[in-house]
Amino acid sequence: MQRGMAASVMVGILCAVVGCFVVLRGMAYLGDAMSHAILPGIAIAYILKGDILLGALVAAILVALGIGFLTKRGAIKEDTAIGILFAATLSLGVALISTIKTYALDLTHILFGNVLGVGETDLILIAVLGIIVLATIVLLYKELLVVSFDPVLASTIRLPTEFLKNLLLVLMALVVVVSLQTVGVGLVAAMLVTPAATAYLVTRRLPSMMVMSALLGALASVMGLYLSYYFNIASGAAVVLTATVFFILVYLLAPQRGLLWSALRRERRMRADSKTAPIAHT
Amino acid sequence: MSSIQTPAHLEVKNLTVVYPDNVRPALEDVSFSVNQGTRLALVGPNGAGKSTLFKALVGLMPPERGEILVHGQTAGVHKECIAYVPQREEVDWRFPVTVSDVVMMGRYGTLGWFKRPGQRDREIVMRSLEQLHIADLAASPIGDLSGGQQQRVFLARALAQEPHILLMDEPFTGVDVTTQEATLNLLDQLQAQGVTLIVSTHDLNLAAARFDQALLLNHRVIAYGVPAQVFTTENLLHAYGAQAMFIEGKMILDECCPPDEHHAVGESPSLELLEQ
Repeated sequence: MQRGMAASVMVGILCAVVGCFVVLRGMAYLGDAMSHAILPGIAIAYILKGDILLGALVAAILVALGIGFLTKRGAIKEDTAIGILFAATLSLGVALISTIKTYALDLTHILFGNVLGVGETDLILIAVLGIIVLATIVLLYKELLVVSFDPVLASTIRLPTEFLKNLLLVLMALVVVVSLQTVGVGLVAAMLVTPAATAYLVTRRLPSMMVMSALLGALASVMGLYLSYYFNIASGAAVVLTATVFFILVYLLAPQRGLLWSALRRERRMRADSKTAPIAHT
Repeated sequence: MSSIQTPAHLEVKNLTVVYPDNVRPALEDVSFSVNQGTRLALVGPNGAGKSTLFKALVGLMPPERGEILVHGQTAGVHKECIAYVPQREEVDWRFPVTVSDVVMMGRYGTLGWFKRPGQRDREIVMRSLEQLHIADLAASPIGDLSGGQQQRVFLARALAQEPHILLMDEPFTGVDVTTQEATLNLLDQLQAQGVTLIVSTHDLNLAAARFDQALLLNHRVIAYGVPAQVFTTENLLHAYGAQAMFIEGKMILDECCPPDEHHAVGESPSLELLEQ
């Protein structure tokens, strides 16, 4: 359980930090497609007796590049390309896995996480990959910021835009693969999006958005794990539901941007307007 | 500002740029060179390729043919030489960045990989903000700003870059006279510091009055030199074609209804009355 908790927290933080770029660059659907593309990657790796995580990583990156390729020619929109690959890879994965009838590869665990199955080596792998991802983001923060915010400036100061965009895709793929065991493939997209979206509502600058997002991701992971333990539900589902509840609370109650706040402000303004209404002179 | 030895600051040689879906090249065999510290007005009808020229200069549009040299070296070797202020910024205004965050991005070219902004960078950013009179907005998210303030943020960013060459795409279009004068004052200051300025404008009178050189463009270079030599009746007829009319001895340019171009929609129709 302790290993599972540590793994979940690390994954929660990783997804949240990379998720900031996912949310700001509108890549939520892409993240979802990547995570589902992992399924055939795992299946094929298993059949070929290769490393499962490596198979997952290769599949995630291939799908990301595939979507880029299909979109670049302009024949179909990115949204459509993702929709096609998403369903295709998921179907292929389920088909392959259902033919491999063995306990070593449980579809439910792959889709929704198997926190109790986190071993010592898994934990080390998550930690190492996590450090690589975070270090990359910290070292290349300026460049990733410019590429995400203003591609025109990126070109003007001669940043390698294509390389940086692909790097971001690789980071996403790494994070998705790392999340395999704790959240599962089916729901990792939510962990990429929800904590970052929540943080977006309460921060004004990207660094604080990343920190807040990481805190929310970690907190959702911890609380979600406890909930999954006590109520006997899949860990991935519990973590995602917790993160979603955070989002709903913040969406309603956040100062300035929250729903409640805006409604109250509108009320106050209307009341003020009615008090200063001009008196008609006859 | 580093010392600049080579006399020709910017050299464009036989530049041809083609948009993928277009038959006619946006720019065809364009050649000119600009000395350091020149204030150059880039003029021509809508769709002439002015914005395309800027995009080619900053690497947004790959040239089909030709080359661009800055300080005698291929553009792009020095990452911080050219700064570009487009007419309209196409950024996500709800991105979590403040005004000083955006202006600081202008320093990234000089900083290079892995370095963090330091004290000197912060001072340069502050100075740029003060020059554009938006220092009080430093901590504001850019989404909170008015349109005019947003434009000034991106101009401040270009200044923070401490460029050798500043490109401005139609900074005088659709702005009031006060802003226009403020911009011209800024250009004066920059020119005094040795910055080369290339500014595209529809206002031929302004180009003639306040600029050292003019480049008249219509896919090709029609004329290049001092405004008096460039803005002859012959050259203007050549550049503006059917859009040029004569009424009572004065030439009027009708810039409504531009031909197809990869431009953001919204160029307001304008009639230019030229003093001959």
